[in-house]
This record gives sequence, structure tokens and C-alpha cells, in this order.
Amino acid sequence: MNPKRSNQIATGTIFGLVVIVVLILIGLIGYILFNGVPNISWHFITAEAQAFSAGGGIRDQLFNSLYLLILTLLISFPIALGAGIYLSEYASDNWITNVIRTMIEVLSSLPSVVVGLFGYLLFVIKFGFGFSILAGAIALTFFNLPLLTRQIEESLRTVPNLQREAGMSLGLSSWKTVTGIILPAALPGIITGIILCAGRVFGEAAALIYTAGQSAPVVDYLNFNPLSPTSFLNPMRPAETLAVHIWKLNTEGVTPDAHQISSGASAVLIIVILIFNLGARALGSYTYRKMTATK
Amino acid sequence: MKNYNLDETYIINPQEESALSAKQVTVSYGTNHVIHAADLNFPRYKITSLIGASGSGKSTYLRCFNRMNDKIATVGGQIMYRDTDINNPKINVYELRRHIGMVFQRPNPFAKSIRENLTFALKKNGMTDKNELEMRLETSLKGVALWDEVKDKLDQSALALSGGQAQRLCIARSIAMQPDILLLDEPASALDPISTAKLEETLKTLSDQFSIIIVTHNMQQASRISDYTAFLHMGHVIEYDETENVFTNPHVRATEDYISGNFG
Repeated sequence: MNPKRSNQIATGTIFGLVVIVVLILIGLIGYILFNGVPNISWHFITAEAQAFSAGGGIRDQLFNSLYLLILTLLISFPIALGAGIYLSEYASDNWITNVIRTMIEVLSSLPSVVVGLFGYLLFVIKFGFGFSILAGAIALTFFNLPLLTRQIEESLRTVPNLQREAGMSLGLSSWKTVTGIILPAALPGIITGIILCAGRVFGEAAALIYTAGQSAPVVDYLNFNPLSPTSFLNPMRPAETLAVHIWKLNTEGVTPDAHQISSGASAVLIIVILIFNLGARALGSYTYRKMTATK
Repeated sequence: MKNYNLDETYIINPQEESALSAKQVTVSYGTNHVIHAADLNFPRYKITSLIGASGSGKSTYLRCFNRMNDKIATVGGQIMYRDTDINNPKINVYELRRHIGMVFQRPNPFAKSIRENLTFALKKNGMTDKNELEMRLETSLKGVALWDEVKDKLDQSALALSGGQAQRLCIARSIAMQPDILLLDEPASALDPISTAKLEETLKTLSDQFSIIIVTHNMQQASRISDYTAFLHMGHVIEYDETENVFTNPHVRATEDYISGNFG
């Protein structure tokens, strides 16, 4: 077989594989959107869920998902950032660092059900949080930390060492070099990490069933006191998220329109993830341009 | 490779006021000694070249002078700068590096605007006066003959500059700190001949205000720009003399072979 022919075959095979991936993606997303979008209406997004009768919405579940996402990121991002900076900039290359890195990798392949049960036993039961957004957010932090830490570490590592030397040669401390030069340059990678994690948080159900609970209590969206039990901001209230809601509708849903609601909710879930994705990227690239003066 | 007697050396002591003087400097990575007891006096407001084959230790030697080998290698001996031994572990290295700046082999501008590249370190070191920052920006860029080329795009990214411009920007970034001594580690090796010529011209001009020590692969470059030249071989300083003497009348066999291309 001559080189030209074998190159053609290889290119063709690779192209075919890409087509398979794209077709699966388009098929999945298309199916969800095709079935779901007709069920989405203003009423659907703003109405409370109904337990027995038709016509329920997903208002509380949608808000819970978003709130949980924000809380999780608030807890996990600073920790992951610190750990990522340590691993990439300060940790010396020895067996302890390697052990830490291996443990992080092992933790990242932990099944989410296990994380959920662990969160249930420790936070819900032992610490007495009860089913709560906070317990869910901490469980999801465990779930997310390994991925986010690795992603931040990797994006810091891709910044060339020359930049660190330049900072050092100007009499800047490592800390000032990292915060002022390396972090801004690594921003796009860090944003990608946040987006990946956000997708996981938003779509996670198993870990939340045991921690944030399966009920969406009636809350008052005008009560801004996070300590009040009826406030929508109260982190100690149970909170059924969109993904959990979908799971529940499909396993024990008794409303006559369970299927429609579940389809609509799935579509909303995908659309919100998409919006978050694009929004985070836009914000990230705006900040990056601001900081680096690139066009 | 030919074997040379590494103890056969010819090292002069320049008469001018000294900017930096290295005494018995050794560098080792663990048990591997790469620089052996090198003594050199670098005169003030002169350009001194360090030449030698790859792996001769010239870059490693240069990096001792602003403590860039910290955490990488063990540096022994004394390096006297203004009556202070800067190889002393108690020295404030951040302060030291503001007096002894360094420019690297590959241009490494920060991923920031041209303006920020020059003012970032100044601001981090506590300079807040806008006028003074502007003044430093302008004089530094003029000092490397870059001002006219970039004055209309100071707020654009420095990453868009050409290799030669970026390297001159890096020199400007160093001189904006108003150091005494500039260390350059093969600054022209990634540049084309025209950019190299411009860079050499810049260095010539800068030597009125700064003491310059430059590592170079390029012997023509060393002979064109430097006042003094040191030849290093296998971590030993073999010959140190006025550049003209090194290139026209070398005293040591190894130097002669190296500059005439009969080396190795």
C-alpha cells in the first residue's frame, strides 16, 4: 500500500469517527430539545411543581439548581484554586506530591452515589444539617474538587516557565508573579474548568438525592434573609434540583403529565447549561482581554 | 574532544572600577560540579562577554549574579557587589534583582499590554505616581530604541510584537527598574540578523549607563560589542582579557582553538 493510499484511509477513518461523535451528540440533544421545547412555557418555568395534578412547573427546582451551583462554586473554587496553585507553583517534585496527585485522581473517579452516601452520613446525619442545600453543596464540592484542582493546576502549568523567570528577574516574589502574571495568563483554562464543573453540578442527581433531598419546600422569593426558614436563600432548607426532579418524575411521578414535565425540564436543563457555558466563556474572554490587552 | 589543561589559564584584573566581582564561585547540582572556582572582576559601564561552547557553564555562571540559581543549584564562593556579598543567603534577593536585572534567551514579554509590561513590576514595588510611571515607560522604551515603533500602541498586547521588538521590550522592562547591572543570557540567539544588529546597537548605547554582562554563542557578536571577554570551558574560566586581545592574541591554547574554530 503506498503512503498516499494509507494516508487517505487514515484520514477517512478519523473523519468517520468524528462523524459518529457528532451524530450521537446531535441525536441526543436534538431528541431532548425536540421532545422538551414544546412543553416549555412561561407558566412552566414560573409555576410551582404539583405532586398529584397536571400543570405543574419547575420554578423551585430551577432556582435550587442555580443556587446549589453558585454555593458549590463558592466553596470549591477557592479551595481548588489554592490547591492548584500549590501543586503547580510551590510543590516540590517528590513522592509526597505524587501521592497527593494520585489521591486526587482516585477521588475524581469516585462514583457520585458514594459521595452522596458519604455526605448523607457525615453532614445530614452526623453533623445534623438535615437534607439541605449546604450538605448538597459540600458533597458536590468533594465531587468537584479533584477535577477542578487538576484543571487549574494544568492550566497554570501551561504558562511557560519563562514568564516566571521574567517575574523573578524583576525582583517580584513568587506570590506576586503567580497572582499578577501567571494567573491572568492561565485564565482561559481555569474558566474551562469552572464550566466543566458547573455542568457536572447542574446535571448531578445521585449525590444530591441523599444530601440536598428530594423535596422542594415552598419558599418566599421576596424574603432575602438567608437565616429565615422560609427564605429562598436559606442554605439549610432541603432543595430538590432539576436533575433530581427529572429522576423522581421518571421513577415515582404520579402526576398525569409526568412525562411532559420531565421532557420539558430536561430541555430547560440543557438550555441553562448552554447559557451558563456561553456566559462564562464570554465573561472569561472579556476579563482575559482586559487583563492581557489582547484583541 | 581534545583534552585541555584546565589549570592553564590567563586572567587579567581590569583596572577600571569594578561593578561586580566573583570570587571562588562554584556551582553544583548535588554532587555534580559544573562551575569550578571562577574568579572574575567585571568593570563598571563596560560590556563583558562570556563565551564558550554549549555546556561550558556560561549561562549557569551568569545566573549566579542575580541568584537565579536559587532552589536549582548550590552556589558557593563570594560575589561582591558594592562591598556586599550577594551570594549570602541572608541577602534580600528581591531587592538584589532590582539592582541586577536579567534578560533571557527567548523574548518573554508578559501576556499584558506594552505599557503594563514595563510598569507592572514598578507598580508592584510600590510606585504609584502616574507621571513617574509614564516617564519611566518613555525613557526605557527610548533607551532601547523602541519608542517610535510602539508609542501609538502602548495599550496593545506585547505578544503581538516581533521577536526583535519583544526582546528589546524585555530589555526595556529590565532597565525600567533602573538597575546597575544588566545580565543578558544569549539575548540575540532567537533573532534574525537585522534585529540582532539593532539589539547590539542598543546594548552599545546602554553601556553608558549600565554595566552589561552578556552570554553569547556568537563570537562575532562578542568581538563587535564587548570590551572584555571571558572564555569558559567545562566550568572553568580559561581566559579573561580585553576583547581585542582575546580575539587577536589569545594566551591559552584552548581559547585559540575555540576562536579559530579548531575546537573539539
